[in-house]
Amino acid sequence: MIKFNQLKPGILIACWIPLLWLLLDIILDNLGGNAVQAVHIRLGDWSLRFLCIVLAITPLQTMTNWRGMSEYRRMFGLFTFIYATLHLLAYLVLDHYLVWPIIATDILESSYIWFGIAAYLIILALAVTTPKWVVKLMGKDWKKLHRFIYFAAGAAIMHYFWQLKGNLAEPLFYLSIIILLLGFRLLLSFKNRVINRLMLPKGRR
Amino acid sequence: MIIKTKKTIPASEITDPHVFKERRKIIKALVALTAMGSGIGPVVAGNKPRWANVPESNLSAKLITTPSEIIENYTNYYEFSYNKHDSTKLAQQLPTDPWSVEISGEVEKSGTYYLEDILRQQTLQEHIYRFRCVEAWSMVIPWVGFALGDLLRKAQPLSTAKFVKFTSVYQPEIMPRQKKDTLLEWPYSEGLRIDEAMHPLTLLAVGMYGDTMPKQNGAPLRLVVPWKYGFKSIKAIVKIELSKKAPTTSWNRFAPGEYGFYANVNPNVPHPRWSQNSERLLGSGFFTPRRETELFNGYGEQVAGLYKDMNLQHFF
Repeated sequence: MIKFNQLKPGILIACWIPLLWLLLDIILDNLGGNAVQAVHIRLGDWSLRFLCIVLAITPLQTMTNWRGMSEYRRMFGLFTFIYATLHLLAYLVLDHYLVWPIIATDILESSYIWFGIAAYLIILALAVTTPKWVVKLMGKDWKKLHRFIYFAAGAAIMHYFWQLKGNLAEPLFYLSIIILLLGFRLLLSFKNRVINRLMLPKGRR
Repeated sequence: MIIKTKKTIPASEITDPHVFKERRKIIKALVALTAMGSGIGPVVAGNKPRWANVPESNLSAKLITTPSEIIENYTNYYEFSYNKHDSTKLAQQLPTDPWSVEISGEVEKSGTYYLEDILRQQTLQEHIYRFRCVEAWSMVIPWVGFALGDLLRKAQPLSTAKFVKFTSVYQPEIMPRQKKDTLLEWPYSEGLRIDEAMHPLTLLAVGMYGDTMPKQNGAPLRLVVPWKYGFKSIKAIVKIELSKKAPTTSWNRFAPGEYGFYANVNPNVPHPRWSQNSERLLGSGFFTPRRETELFNGYGEQVAGLYKDMNLQHFF
């Protein structure tokens, strides 16, 4: 049987495919009338998809008893960060040409961007605390900090919802996936608590 | 209220009309050539642009027009789909010939008229207008049409006519979103105050780029109000009613806090969820910065007077 570790280089390459695909579409002028917005949406979508993959790892691990998936969680987490950063850069450079007064007005007046910024700041904090020595240094705080990914997921979905005119099918799709993945954790922690309580010897509460 | 005066258009934005017309000839020639090569020459030859030679209106802006492929493939037509690409494809199903329009309400001469009969009485002109969507993109479109006011005057409005209500076609068998009755209440409806409707800039358009209107762009007859957000420019009109009271309008009914009755383009009044301060001019290239949105979409000089005593923050 193939060891899971052997898949790692392949997965790493696969994670870059959305970007290559986007560059190819830019070169071939395949992005339609509003190409700049299309770049934006594409990068934002992939960031959200990687975030969903990250959140899917714990449920997968629990169901399959697979070990050693934290390596992959780290990798997918970093790709969430990479695509989110490109999404942000596309906004600043491609869409707004680094014209700061217009960017400032746009951010002040567009409440959906605030959710995007919140999600990005969390993802940024998680990304910079990735190196192993930082993990060691932070001890228990690392885990606490990385629980903020749930808030990042919520903010990212709000960011998606809040900028649409009324056609909510796509953000609803991602929302249901995230609810499913977070719901799994809630159920699991509930189950664990009940089992723990049952397992405790009487009189020792 | 601050009314920005119309800025002089930089020379770089002006296309010489001769160049513009020449360019079209070249494009047409190329299309014909390709068509001949692919053996569909005779069909295309019969399809020569219907209004290639209509005169240009003196209200036309001297601007570089957005490429027609972009105008034809980037449309909101929620009766068909929320997706711009799909709505273009699905709109081809709509039968638009023959077409009749009912004119009723507070007018002397109400009735239902064939579009062909209406067109016989009107002088068509080309109007190159800026078109700004509430989604913060814009285009420059060479419409072919006639002033709505000219049509309304023929129907002889009564003094009680204060507003005009427009209704789009209702064809749930062909329009999937109408069939599922989703999002907006169908048929789509829009409205203008009578003075806005009589304004010479306000058009009923039957074509663009010298030819008949593509179906996804609102064939056969659509409204164009260049100083308002695009959703006011209702497509596939079947009914025009003059009324005493302000009509309900589709987007206003769906989200009154977000889409007002007036919907004047105004960079100083953000949409509750996003800024309207700037826009992306489609077709302007990957590395062109956004343009700053102008009050009344740059038509302030002509239309600001209509709103001189109004608080535009309130009447958005």
